[in-house]
Order: sequence, then structure tokens, then C-alpha cells
Amino acid sequence: MPVSQPTAVRRAPPLPPPIWDARCKACWFTVVLLGFVVISFWSLDLQWGQFLSWQAAKDMSRFLGEFFPPETSADFLWKVTIGAWETLAMSALGTVLAAMGGLALALPASRLVAGDTARARGPTRLLLNALRSIPELVWAALLLISAGLGPFAGTLALALHTTGVLGRLFAEAVENAPTGPGDALRAQGVGQGRVFLYATLPQILPQLMSYTLYRWENNIRAAAVLGVVGAGGLGQLLAFHMGLFQMGKTATVLGAMLILVAIVDAASHLSRRLLTR
Amino acid sequence: MDHAHLNARPVPDRDPAWLARLFWGSAALALMWPLLVATEFKVWQLWEPDSLRISGNFLASFWPMAHGSEFLRLMLAETWRTVAMATAGVTLALFLAIPLTLLSTRVISISALSGRMARGPFWLRQSVRWLLIVLRSVPELVWALVFVRVVGLGPTAGVLAIALTYGGMLGKVYGEILESGEIHATETLLRNGAGRIQAFFYGLLPASAAELTSYTVYRWECAIRSSVVLGFVGAGGLGQQMDNSMKMFNGGEVATMLLIFMALVALADRLSAWLRKALG
Repeated sequence: MPVSQPTAVRRAPPLPPPIWDARCKACWFTVVLLGFVVISFWSLDLQWGQFLSWQAAKDMSRFLGEFFPPETSADFLWKVTIGAWETLAMSALGTVLAAMGGLALALPASRLVAGDTARARGPTRLLLNALRSIPELVWAALLLISAGLGPFAGTLALALHTTGVLGRLFAEAVENAPTGPGDALRAQGVGQGRVFLYATLPQILPQLMSYTLYRWENNIRAAAVLGVVGAGGLGQLLAFHMGLFQMGKTATVLGAMLILVAIVDAASHLSRRLLTR
Repeated sequence: MDHAHLNARPVPDRDPAWLARLFWGSAALALMWPLLVATEFKVWQLWEPDSLRISGNFLASFWPMAHGSEFLRLMLAETWRTVAMATAGVTLALFLAIPLTLLSTRVISISALSGRMARGPFWLRQSVRWLLIVLRSVPELVWALVFVRVVGLGPTAGVLAIALTYGGMLGKVYGEILESGEIHATETLLRNGAGRIQAFFYGLLPASAAELTSYTVYRWECAIRSSVVLGFVGAGGLGQQMDNSMKMFNGGEVATMLLIFMALVALADRLSAWLRKALG
């Protein structure tokens, strides 16, 4: 039965907004972003055929199958344990050295009082940025030339990069510390060094230790892979055995890396919880 | 007025906590000793005459920096390849992270509406979270080493390595952002019969979109630095050129590339900060 239209005029439902409007900034932004992504993929000439074909899937599964069973002979496990100890020592020592260096650089890089001219602030911040922006691996590759192969270069690389990171974080902590105790000492005529040691440092020390522990988590991952360029530890074992296509041993080293990272993550998390209790 | 009663206790002339500080300081030094031995931390080796000569020569070769026009054109191409590798890697990571986030987030769980999530959905979500943790924990350099052996040298290995690692990172943080936002609207939609995807698009996404995009832009900036590092194991781009020049002890080229890299990182940092401010 046909439905009769009501005599009153029905208002048409409102149309959705147009997909494209030349005045809409978000539209232009999305178009530019999509164009950027498409050009990236197109200019890279990625070998999709190598990766997505049936043959590639078979090759990949055969390759992954070589990882099992992982090598568990006693003397190889001993070598892996020594490598893990080297990696742990690299990350711990690098972080400790970086904390000391960062604290030393944080003083000139911060404005200690409101009226401080702080002439060294600009150059020191520039130095910290330079140290920070070069990744650990690049530092390690550069330091291998002077420090030779082995974990020494890796420790120095971690220390230099992390000094940049921690120095900046420490300087910000110093600048944001409450000024009450420091002002009280300054009013008595105490010098700047002692004001820092007895007023600012005790206030910010828990925060500094928290930053340092957090960077240790990051550094253990970095230390594990620094060995790939020759800086010792698990990374050097990994690159060595992968180069010889000994996949069982490679799988053991990878497992050790994951376990080490998990242990350090847990230790750092626990210590930070204990600090803030 | 005599304020002597305020100073009833005599001021000690040495630090009252000196014994504890001495003890813990010595303990820390004693703990550092095995670390110094394990890392072969022989600082004096840096100042041996042979080492000084090699380092001195290398540093001296930094000046003059390489500035030939052909070299600079090559550097421009390689810098673009690095940026393109990072962009492609993060795009693929999004394809991985978005489905995994939707699978792992508890907020769009229908069985949890009645109080306690059913066992099946709980274990599904838990296993997706574990998958994300595994993807995140393996360093991307290790992925790149494996992929270089499967797909060969070149940017494909780097893009895949970045995609897997960053997919895990993005998936985990997206989950945290979604769960920490305002979930009342989503729950109401689910209770009233909306589908899960509908509840996500109309309830969760509008509230968290700004934070999600902000984090993605920050990760893109990190991916640029990662793709330089991946170049050292054969993934192409600025990193591989740096590795080649360092092996040939060509300090001039290394110096130019370091400067280009620092400029690239600063530019990406600025762009990322501007985008994050513009997106709110």
C-alpha cells in the first residue's frame, strides 16, 4: 500500500561535510603526509617480491627453523655467560661514568640562581646536544679507532652518549629545584659551590638517581648490540656466530640477550620503586 | 637578648654521617673494581704513543671536510634514503600496531562489562601483549642482521627491522594511551549495543587522537636515528656511507656526514615539535 506524503514540507537531512575543502588545513596536511609516505615507498625500490613470494616464505621458514634447537653445550653456555657479564659490566660502568660526567657538566649548563649570568650555559648545552645526538653505535665505531676492539670502546661510547642525555636531564633538574634552602644559605653568604652541595644536591639526588637507573635500562639494550661493530660482549658473539651461519649458537646468544634485558629492566624498576617509597 | 638556649646542642665539627658515607663510598668503589676488570678499562692505553698517533691522524684528517659537489649530491640522496626508510618503517609499524592494539586493549572488551573478563578473551589479550613485548625487546639491530641474510643488503632489511620493533613499541604505548583516557563513553556505547569497532571510533579515538598522533610523530623522529644506526649493518643510507668512510679512515667524509646527521636530527626534532604543537 503506497504511503502518502504529508502535506507539510519535509526538511532534507543535512549532507555530511565534503571530503575535500581547499580551506581546510587538515585536508592539506593529510594529502601532504600521504604523498610523503607514497614517495618514500616508491623511491626506496624495496624488494617486495623477495619478501612476499612463496619462495621467500619457504626460505624464511627454513631459515627460522635453523635457529632450533639452540645450542646448550656447557662450554658454549659458559662463553655466553662471560659475554653477558661483559655486556652487563659495560652498561653499568658506562652509566656510572655518564652520571659523574653528566653531573659535572650539569653545573655549567644550568642557571643556578635567577640572576646568574651563566655564560657557559650556551656552549655547554651545545656540547651536551652534540654528545646526545650521535647514537651509541656511531660513537663506538669512532672510538674503536683509538681504543681498539673490545669492551673498552663500548664502555666509552655508552659513557659519552649517556653523558649528553644525563647532563641535560640533570641540568633541568638543577634549574627546577625549589630555591628555598639555597636562598637561605646564600643570604648567609655561603659560596655557590657549597650552596649546590648542601642545598640543591640533596633535594634533587633521588630524581638524579631515578634518571640514571632509567638510562641503565636503555644502556643494557645498547650494550648488547654495540658488540656488533666489535665492542665486545654478547653483540660480538652474536655477529661472530651469525657470520659463520651457526644459527643454533646465535639462538642461544639471542635468548641470553633477552634474559639479560629482562633482568636489568626488573632490577631498575625495583630500585626506582624502592627509591620513591 | 641571649639566644644561647637555641643552641643547646653543640655544633659538630665534622660531618655526623661521615662513617656511613665512607662505608658506602668504599663499597661502591669495591663494586666498581670487577666492572673495570670485565670491561678491560685501561684508560692509559689511550695515551700510548701508537694509539695517540692513529687517533691524531684520524682527527687531523677531519679537516678539510669533504665538500666536493659529487660527494654532497651522494650525501643528499643517502639522507633522503634514510628518511624514506624511517617513514616506510613507521608506516608498516602502524599496520602492525593498530590491529594488535585493538586486540589487546581491555577497554573494548564486552565480557568485562559485567565486571570480570571471561577467560578466553583474557588470555587472547594477554598473549597479544606478550607478542608486543617480544617484538619490542629484540633490538632492531638484531632484526636487521637477520633480515639482511634473508632479503639481502639494502633498505628492505632496515624497513622490516624498524617495522617490527616500532610496531611493538607503538602497540604497547597506544594501549596505554587508550586505557588511561576517558573510557566512560566507550563503556556506555558498548552497553547500549554498539559494536566494538564503532565504540572505538566514536568513543575512544576522538578523546585520544591528539596523544596518539603526537607519540607517533615522536617515534618517527626516533626512527630516523635508528635507520642511521641500521645502516651500519648493511641497510643503506647515511649509516652505511659512514661505516664505509670510517673503515677507510677518511676523516673528511666522516666529519661531513656527522654534521649532516646532526643537522638532520635537529631538523627532524624541530619538525616533530611543530607537528605535535599543531596537532594539539
